[in-house]
Amino acid sequence: MIPDRVYEKNVAITGIGQSEVGRPSSLSAMRLTVDACLEAIDDAGLTRDDIDGVCCWPGDTDNGGPFSPVGPSALKSVLGLNVNWFGGGYEGPGPLTGVINGAMAIAAGLCRHVLVFRTIHESSARANNKMVSALTGKTQGRDSSYAWQWHTPFNVFSAANLMGMYAQRHFHENGTTSEQLAQIAITCRNNAALNPKAVFRKPLTVDDYLSSRMISTPLRLLDCDVHCDASTAIVLSRIDASRDTRNPPIRIEAIGAALHQPWSWDQISLTEMAAFDVARMMWARTDIHPHDVGAAQLYDGFSILTLIWLEALGFCPAGEGGRFIESGHRIARNGEIPINTNGGQLSAGRTHGLGYVHEACLQLWGRAGDRQIKPHQVAVAAAGGGPLGGSLLLVKE
Amino acid sequence: MQRKLPRLTAETAPFWHGGSAGVLNIHYCGSCKRYFHPPAPVCPTCWSLEVGPRAVSGRGTVMTYTINYQVWHPDLQVPYVIAIIELEEQPGLRITSNVIGVQPEQMAIGMPVRVSFTQLEDIWLPLFEEDK
Repeated sequence: MIPDRVYEKNVAITGIGQSEVGRPSSLSAMRLTVDACLEAIDDAGLTRDDIDGVCCWPGDTDNGGPFSPVGPSALKSVLGLNVNWFGGGYEGPGPLTGVINGAMAIAAGLCRHVLVFRTIHESSARANNKMVSALTGKTQGRDSSYAWQWHTPFNVFSAANLMGMYAQRHFHENGTTSEQLAQIAITCRNNAALNPKAVFRKPLTVDDYLSSRMISTPLRLLDCDVHCDASTAIVLSRIDASRDTRNPPIRIEAIGAALHQPWSWDQISLTEMAAFDVARMMWARTDIHPHDVGAAQLYDGFSILTLIWLEALGFCPAGEGGRFIESGHRIARNGEIPINTNGGQLSAGRTHGLGYVHEACLQLWGRAGDRQIKPHQVAVAAAGGGPLGGSLLLVKE
Repeated sequence: MQRKLPRLTAETAPFWHGGSAGVLNIHYCGSCKRYFHPPAPVCPTCWSLEVGPRAVSGRGTVMTYTINYQVWHPDLQVPYVIAIIELEEQPGLRITSNVIGVQPEQMAIGMPVRVSFTQLEDIWLPLFEEDK
């Protein structure tokens, strides 16, 4: 039964923007952010004075570190925004937390038009220090974090180690194979070939995948997303205010943000993670069904997570993801559920979360150029892995 | 290379010090009779404050694992095994650790393992080896 009040339906995406995607970019993180935000505000047909909220995930959590060098406090000042509300922070339902928080601020009546952005500068940073994104660097000295101290002493250096363990369990329980998983990387690369901004565009074969270097079994280099320097921005508007904007509003039909398990990398379900909780919540807030969805932009920080999201969101039965993607046809741009139509983070670049929303909107508006898929009204964007997860059901009015 | 070590609190110290007495300590709720991990000052199931460390057998089963090949740091010796181990005391009670003394190709989900402590400074790391 759908809850009485699903207030996110009163919020729409009205504009999108994205900076250049560099590997690396010569531009500063702030300049990339400004480029993305000005483009998004202009795309919505709005001006600075219309923007009364700004937020992002995770914000400047590490002294301008490359994972998230720009937060809403800095951006507010740089753009001279006068806002009623702003916010950032790592803790929340994954990389879409900024969108979810912004939508809540509008639904609560705090704001009319909220600017949401995500900036990442990992490519430039890694040119100087390959260890820059390693988990062991997250804390100075001894590790006291509630989450990481149970992993870093055992040389869990990267999320790749954790995702490798999830993938291994999926292989064990369901007979999933590396050849099947290869189809995520191959599908993303096929889509990236049509995206002039994608980092990698040369087509891949299963053999290319199988011969790519092993990172953390069973995950190979081509199962891991590609670092980049980029910023992505969207404008969220109250639905009545969205009627004045330039684009047909893309309404937030339902949010998924649930976590009904511990916030933990090893105490949660190894094959469901947060994703199944998130998806159950999202579908319980709408009368739209998975078969109504025209495109799914699903987190591919690691390929196994895309597989989990396909299952969690009901595009295939739980445990069947490997067989579902086996030939690649079902998830191809002309398949039953096209995924990651810009090439995803695996090939277009690790824009980290907001890139999926940007691409979902481009496709819904029919503005995706050479990579435009068939017209559709409904899209899903979902992001996160392990205990992190959030999803958005988007409907073009 | 030197492993990154935890900073201890009143709740976590018994886990990281247990090896000095040769035991693996896991927090246990005296009220609802359940273990939980990570350790905390309250039971996450029943909110009882009657919780504390309790020695477990140190035996468990490999739920899943990964063999790390990536040289994340120039001094890191690869490959090595990271595993999520379910302790025999309770379904779903897991800890992440390393399985040592096995060849990568021998690793398998379901492998029985037992704890083997390694001391680094004031920390006794609970590593695991195959329980043959």
